[in-house]
Amino acid sequence: MQDQHIASAFDRDLESIQAQIMKMGGLVEDAIRLGAQSLDTRDEELAEKVRAGDRAIDGLEELINDQAARLIALRAPAAIDLRLVLSVIKISANLERIGDYAKNMAKRTGVLSQMPPVNDSAGSIRRMARTVEAMLKDALDAYIQRDADLALDIIARDEDLDQMYNALFREFLTFMMEDPRNITACMHLHFIAKNVERMGDHVTSIAEQVVYLVTGVAPADARPKADETSVASKA
Amino acid sequence: MRDNIISEKDVMQNQTAHPAKIAARNVQVYYGDTHAIKDVNVDIEANTVTAFIGPSGCGKSTFLRCINRMNDTIDVCRVEGDIRIDGEDIYDRKVDPVQLRAKVGMVFQKPNPFPKSIYDNVAYGPRIHGLARNKAELDDIVEKALRRGAIWNEVKDRLHAPGTGLSGGQQQRLCIARAVATEPEVLLMDEPCSALDPIATAQVEELIDELRQSYSVVIVTHSMQQAARVSQKTAFFHLGNLVEFGETDKIFTAPEDPRTESYITGRIG
Repeated sequence: MQDQHIASAFDRDLESIQAQIMKMGGLVEDAIRLGAQSLDTRDEELAEKVRAGDRAIDGLEELINDQAARLIALRAPAAIDLRLVLSVIKISANLERIGDYAKNMAKRTGVLSQMPPVNDSAGSIRRMARTVEAMLKDALDAYIQRDADLALDIIARDEDLDQMYNALFREFLTFMMEDPRNITACMHLHFIAKNVERMGDHVTSIAEQVVYLVTGVAPADARPKADETSVASKA
Repeated sequence: MRDNIISEKDVMQNQTAHPAKIAARNVQVYYGDTHAIKDVNVDIEANTVTAFIGPSGCGKSTFLRCINRMNDTIDVCRVEGDIRIDGEDIYDRKVDPVQLRAKVGMVFQKPNPFPKSIYDNVAYGPRIHGLARNKAELDDIVEKALRRGAIWNEVKDRLHAPGTGLSGGQQQRLCIARAVATEPEVLLMDEPCSALDPIATAQVEELIDELRQSYSVVIVTHSMQQAARVSQKTAFFHLGNLVEFGETDKIFTAPEDPRTESYITGRIG
């Protein structure tokens, strides 16, 4: 298969839209890292920066959707080109959601920094955020390198994130039972942990798009679901 | 991108188990010393629109013309292999090409109505094949064919005006009506819309979809969008080989052969 289109403007359009995705991905990686850092270091100024930065991410999603619509209308993409445009639309939506979760984490930082810390929970969440940030970085690398194997590996790694979340869920439950004064902080922390776990699901969805883009077939949903908190009362 | 070029054997395996209306096996076509079609195997189903796509000179029109023995009219052309319609070998000595072409109709790139009236254009085939016993029957056949050609309402008040006086799109639909007047089973179309404007093209495409109820339609087209719009099966030809044959939606979303992918995405193939 040849790399270049006969119409070079088509190549330029496809490159441009992918460049926007990578730019958006970079902003979202920063938002995850800085959001978790602001939570851990109780840095309200940094949290405010993360919140404000979400606007740029939302703006890029709109730009990408406009470009994708234009490409479909003017170029009638087929096969790999069609899969690329479809994946770009979905990936930008996933990135936008991850950005929202990071913004929400930064919002809760403002509330949590007014309360006494609950053990090292903020540190645990930061580790979780690092894991998801690394997964996102790899997913974007897999996307740009058209590496379906790496993408499948990322899908498998989401299980680690689910287990980290399950452990934190139990921890928060224990803290709240020990001392009801912890409840407000733990509720906020639990939402944050849940949101980071959801970020992992969106990264998984990006990785699935990479597999579809490269192979033309969406991966089978074979991964065991590791979120057991809905049955945690039995534990 | 997977670089697996699928072999001819695998192309065959992608085909369905339905009984084929047209079955081609090991078809070779030579123009003098030029090997134009190389060992093509394909099964074309009844009541299906099959599109042949590929770059100029890839052999798609040549192969189409094998199906009603139009290549017989070219002196230097030699066809080898086996082509069967409903199990009958169309290159058998006993087969009369004229009868075969009544059964396998053809529509060409440029509308080519006879320099006769609209009525006589359509009545010509049924007359020479003796399909009507009297004037009333012939009138019925003509009306039915013009209705099938989706042109009846536009010409019913001027049936005796010359066919060449119609617009290009109307002429092409008249030619389709002429082709269906002899009740063919297979309709071959060689770039039927390349000389038509988008409105006339849309009308012919709509017509092709209706014709599928009664016939097997095989269409050669340079417009990939047209192949995607009108066909259920698509065959991609390249340098005389049938590279890939399969469901149209599969070919246009996730083709298996890199040559198909290069061609349909507008890369240098």
